[in-house]
Amino acid sequence: MDFNDTPEETKFRKEASDWLSANAKLKDDEEAGNYPGMGEDDALTLAKKWAAKLYDSGWACLHWPKEYGGRGSTPIERVIWGQEASKYRIPGGFFEIGQGMAGPVLMMYANEEQKKRYLPPMAKGEEVWCQLFSEPGAGSDLAGLKTKSVLEGDTWTINGQKIWTSGAHYSDYGILVTRSDSSAQKHKGLTYFFLDMKSPGVEVRPIKQISGGANFNEVYFTDVKIPDEQRLGSVGDGWKVALTTLMNERLAVGDASGPDFQEAFNLACSHDLNGDLAIKDGSVRDKLADWYCQSSGLKYTKYRNISALSRGETPGPQASITKIVSGNKLQEIANFGMDIMDAAGIVRPESADAEQTMYQMGFFGAAGIRIAGGTDEILRNIISEQVLGLPQDMRADKGIPFNEIPSSNKK
Amino acid sequence: MNFEFSSDQMLLRDQARKFLENEESVKKAREVLEGDQTHDESLWRSVVEMGWTATTIPEEFDGLGLGYLELCVIAEELGRSLAPTPFSSSVYLATEALINQGSKEQHQKYLPKLAAGEIVGTLAHTETTNSPSPENLNCELSNNKLNGIKIAVTDGDVANFAVVSAKEGDKVVLGLVDLASKGVEITSQNTLDPSRSHASIKFKDADAEILGSSQDGWVALQEILDHAAVLFAFEQLGGAEACMDMAKEYAMGRFAFGRPIASFQAIKHKIADMYIAVELARSNCYFGAWALSTNAPELATAAATARVSASKAFHECSKENIQTHGGMGFTWEFDCHLYYRRCRQLAANIGSQAVWKNKLISSLERANQI
Repeated sequence: MDFNDTPEETKFRKEASDWLSANAKLKDDEEAGNYPGMGEDDALTLAKKWAAKLYDSGWACLHWPKEYGGRGSTPIERVIWGQEASKYRIPGGFFEIGQGMAGPVLMMYANEEQKKRYLPPMAKGEEVWCQLFSEPGAGSDLAGLKTKSVLEGDTWTINGQKIWTSGAHYSDYGILVTRSDSSAQKHKGLTYFFLDMKSPGVEVRPIKQISGGANFNEVYFTDVKIPDEQRLGSVGDGWKVALTTLMNERLAVGDASGPDFQEAFNLACSHDLNGDLAIKDGSVRDKLADWYCQSSGLKYTKYRNISALSRGETPGPQASITKIVSGNKLQEIANFGMDIMDAAGIVRPESADAEQTMYQMGFFGAAGIRIAGGTDEILRNIISEQVLGLPQDMRADKGIPFNEIPSSNKK
Repeated sequence: MNFEFSSDQMLLRDQARKFLENEESVKKAREVLEGDQTHDESLWRSVVEMGWTATTIPEEFDGLGLGYLELCVIAEELGRSLAPTPFSSSVYLATEALINQGSKEQHQKYLPKLAAGEIVGTLAHTETTNSPSPENLNCELSNNKLNGIKIAVTDGDVANFAVVSAKEGDKVVLGLVDLASKGVEITSQNTLDPSRSHASIKFKDADAEILGSSQDGWVALQEILDHAAVLFAFEQLGGAEACMDMAKEYAMGRFAFGRPIASFQAIKHKIADMYIAVELARSNCYFGAWALSTNAPELATAAATARVSASKAFHECSKENIQTHGGMGFTWEFDCHLYYRRCRQLAANIGSQAVWKNKLISSLERANQI
């Protein structure tokens, strides 16, 4: 039992770290600039520049084959790259859906010409992709989606509405699941496409979130035309294609970002409570100990998964505990942080680096993290069914044509 | 990165699990609980024959000279099977105290016999319902004579000798006492977990020698407890996982409203939460095992983290296992209560959850000052 790299891993880590140190600034380097405070347009420009630099140097999309602009790395190399890159202040947050989810699906289902056309610009960050899956009536129960697709000749016509689409407003392309046959069983009447987001009839409207921000959108489709050659998978096979995409989503969703044990500990060591430092308080110590154990448990669970990768094994869905634990921990730590600051904790500060800021961001952010990419409840279903082998819940929608299933609008 | 037990260590874990299943360890735990014995002597003899008591004892003292990682996987299986033997007292506490704190003479005198299972040792620390501290210890050791009373000493009525915390003037010291000697009066105590024996021990001018040099007995005691905490955490981990498995198996076979109760989300999510607690504890236990086996500077933090995390997991799993079993879980006949009892015994034996949480934060305060 040790934390050491194999000789090959050492070599790769050095290569990654050498390139990063020559091309990026460390997080604690003051000259790195305050990236999170930047506006979205500037951030996207910066991120595209960085993505192009990665691409030109052969560090884009480590997990993709080289012929499409990737590096052809092993999973453990991807982990090592992530570890090294996390030390640097690197612009990001725009290409994950494309490179992590749309890319792999195109690789499996698109024709060769399409792969050559779309994958390299995706890897280079020239073209941004979004994911058009959830609908107002289909979230956790994604297969309940209703956006309609009708084929006439070689062209499909799309009508309906998608929701929670991150980055739709700056995306060039999107992956889309639709219902092509509502008289078929629920999971059998779906068809999957990719489309140009500038197609006539696509309307993007931002959704104002509880935090006040607007990262998500509603996307409306009114008689949008998609050529049949942009269909991915067979007609009626959309659910299978969607599952491939979602598997990649679950691998991509990691820790909830925001204040963790160390920030809460530092806060308790520097703030007064009941006439003494907060860290002296028994109830504070009790909470801190719990959070430390959770953070440490997640850290070493990750190390166990990395060890499995290093041995050439595939870690199972065990990784799904990360989001449940870290999302809930973040929500508690955010509340704790503001509580320590007493009444001042809820004051919205003027500057982005005020001590309240990260706790207030976590307060809202955690509420979203616990829902996005699989709710806490769906993840518990996944753990109990896929890890522990417990039976599926009884369903009221099995074996029935989709248009006869009770729904929120039609009981 | 290789943050996993080696294939040899995993093989040892599998062998230990099979061996304890064949020995019907859980059934024997129930027999001890219901009967008058202090422990299951035949199981204890088999454990000794397997060489487990000799695991970390150096070869020069007739031990196997293996590492802590081997002992950790054995501990996990002993916990899973509720093994009713004095193993933990004798190995995690007494043997470890001697190896790490004892003098050369004390090594010579005790370790070969501990390795061979010829003698059993334990730790006697608790005195009252107050959590022990350097200030409230009442046992006194002066001129090699020990006076005072210890209670809730696990295996106190089985052990041949005990490591005893006491005051020598203002100083805390650790004494080694032969429990058969004059002035030692042992009285068995009934506890919540009668599958493990406990006793109160009264010392009246009993002969005692100081363990090692014991410059600062309290510091030495904390080191002993840190070592033991990692090993006990593996027992707790094994127990927690056994409870999760029991809950799962029962829920799959028990039908209500025309379906297995394991198909209800209320039950599925409960078992998923057990799994989360067990996985976090397992990962923290592994870090504790690594710190123990390398004597890392992080040992105090790692041990407290493993202890707190595994105590929590066992608590969660043992109580929710009863809940999943419904009324059957509340019957004497089902084994759920054996784990519920053992969980409480292990959570209390080397200091409460509050004590260990405080130790954890204190160790992090020290680490952050450096």
